[in-house]
Amino acid sequence: MDTLLQQILNGLTLGGIYGLVALGLTLVYGILHVPNFAHGAFYMVGAFVSFHAMNAWGWNYWVAMAASALAVAALAVASERLVFHPLRQASGIHPMIAAIGVLLFLEAAAQALWGADFQRMQTPYTAIVDLGGITAPAQRLLIIAAAFALMVALHLFLTRTTTGATIIAMAQNREGASLVGIDAHRVAMLTFAISGALAAVAATLYAPINLVYPAMGHLVITKAFVIIILGGMGSVPGAIAGGLIIGFAESFGAYYVSTDYKDIIAFVLLVVILSMRPQGLFAKRGH
Amino acid sequence: MRKFIDSHAAWGLLLAAGLAFPWATGNDYHLTVMSTAYIFAIATLGLNLITGYTGQLNLAHAGFMAVGAYTVGILTVDHGWTFWGALVLSGAVCVALGWFIGIVSLRLKGHYFSIFTLCVGYIMFLVIEKWESLTHGTVGIMGIPAPEPIGALAFESPLALYYLTLAFLVLAVWVMRRIVKSLLGRTFIAIRNGDELAEALGINLMRNKVLAFQLSVCYAGLAGGLYAGFVRFIGPGVAGVEHTFDMMIFMLVGGLGTVLGPLLGALAMPWLTQSLQFLQEYRFIVFGPILVALVIFLPHGVVGSFLAWQARRDAKEGKPHAQD
Repeated sequence: MDTLLQQILNGLTLGGIYGLVALGLTLVYGILHVPNFAHGAFYMVGAFVSFHAMNAWGWNYWVAMAASALAVAALAVASERLVFHPLRQASGIHPMIAAIGVLLFLEAAAQALWGADFQRMQTPYTAIVDLGGITAPAQRLLIIAAAFALMVALHLFLTRTTTGATIIAMAQNREGASLVGIDAHRVAMLTFAISGALAAVAATLYAPINLVYPAMGHLVITKAFVIIILGGMGSVPGAIAGGLIIGFAESFGAYYVSTDYKDIIAFVLLVVILSMRPQGLFAKRGH
Repeated sequence: MRKFIDSHAAWGLLLAAGLAFPWATGNDYHLTVMSTAYIFAIATLGLNLITGYTGQLNLAHAGFMAVGAYTVGILTVDHGWTFWGALVLSGAVCVALGWFIGIVSLRLKGHYFSIFTLCVGYIMFLVIEKWESLTHGTVGIMGIPAPEPIGALAFESPLALYYLTLAFLVLAVWVMRRIVKSLLGRTFIAIRNGDELAEALGINLMRNKVLAFQLSVCYAGLAGGLYAGFVRFIGPGVAGVEHTFDMMIFMLVGGLGTVLGPLLGALAMPWLTQSLQFLQEYRFIVFGPILVALVIFLPHGVVGSFLAWQARRDAKEGKPHAQD
């Protein structure tokens, strides 16, 4: 029973992180219809900025997280302006290839700045919390609470505020949104900023129980792609549900099947699901 | 001029340059760099068939190359096969695997296909890394034998290996040109230009896409097999997605959807990297922005842009439009 609860806790932790990363990816896809391969690099840069702010400048964990969110949001907006905006009329594989170019650049730059070594990020929350028999590191509980609080906040922002509604409107119908006076450029920049900030926060939350290194975004971004395909590209609830599915599949798979193969589980799940439902689990129609 | 760069004379000139290269350099290191470039050029030609001609960006290409390389590695080292027998099988294994992966992945369109193949590439990498009893895990396979002599031709020296890889590249280019100039090649181009249009012309989309995919990964598999016999050591890193990205850069620099473009890209870029030796580790700081700039300003690559410029000039002068 305890191990079961322990796996549920792990699943929630992973699901929260994956959900945050996938949310950013799915929002950008909804607006631009470009799979942003550079999103994993945003995640990695987010971790490094926090790490640097805490280690080199001795900033507080939360201040570092906020600074990192701002920095990566600015980076994401810059990449939208410089790379994706000029390519908005291009079709097919060119925007994808440009995104890969951004990814390669950011990874090489991070390696040049911070080196290829694995770094460990400190956290002020090192206590082990005892919850009626099951023990949990405080950082994991923090991840779960923060991730789901952010998801709720994002949901409220998208559905309850006018600015949020412009994003949804753009995703639903680009021309229609322009017709009613929504500034497409502003919405695109806003979306990229949100997606970058989410990636940075997710990375800063997850880094203390993991490691920080230039290639850290690879697996996370690939899993985030799996998640948004499962949940339907561009769907916000789909990204959250997909994140939880992959999080639980991994934590239970690692325990009951094999730790060695836990990273494959998400991909195998994708292959199996897409073989049967090419349009994804929740999507009503394929693109 | 436009006629010239696609004529027999031009290809003959390239071949002559390839044959004369060892006399021009006389340096074993340069021969090795060039041979490696030839092997990657073969794989890049394959990637170009599915991406440049058929319009599907396959991000698992390096995975297939690794499957070919491991087929040769495992069969020769663990099962005592000859290199040549294993090489034939490395292509065949990829064609068979390509059929299975093709019929699943090619049902997906555009971005979905690319993301799916990205995941397939990761599965291949992780399986190679973790399945120690078959693939020797992270240690990799060492001591792969050099290709056995054919008659009096022994493939031990860098010079002999250079000519061996060159021969394979010539064969690969010749076959590729036959494919893209045939009805089959035109079918692939029709699919790239639009699924619906191609279907309206009576093209069986699925069958042709799977065929293009199999041909493309066959090139990757053979290139991988050749790589194993050439380098004689392979590790899971061969399957890394960075290699697919490298090949994508070669293809884009030269020009998508031409035979000459990816070939020139694959041959020129390694030399550019070599000459920027100090950048080796950080080469993507330069190449990443180059890739972005190419996609934005020169989406058809060097060769593609040149051909387009020629076509515009011909049209202005009222010359009859030459065929691709």
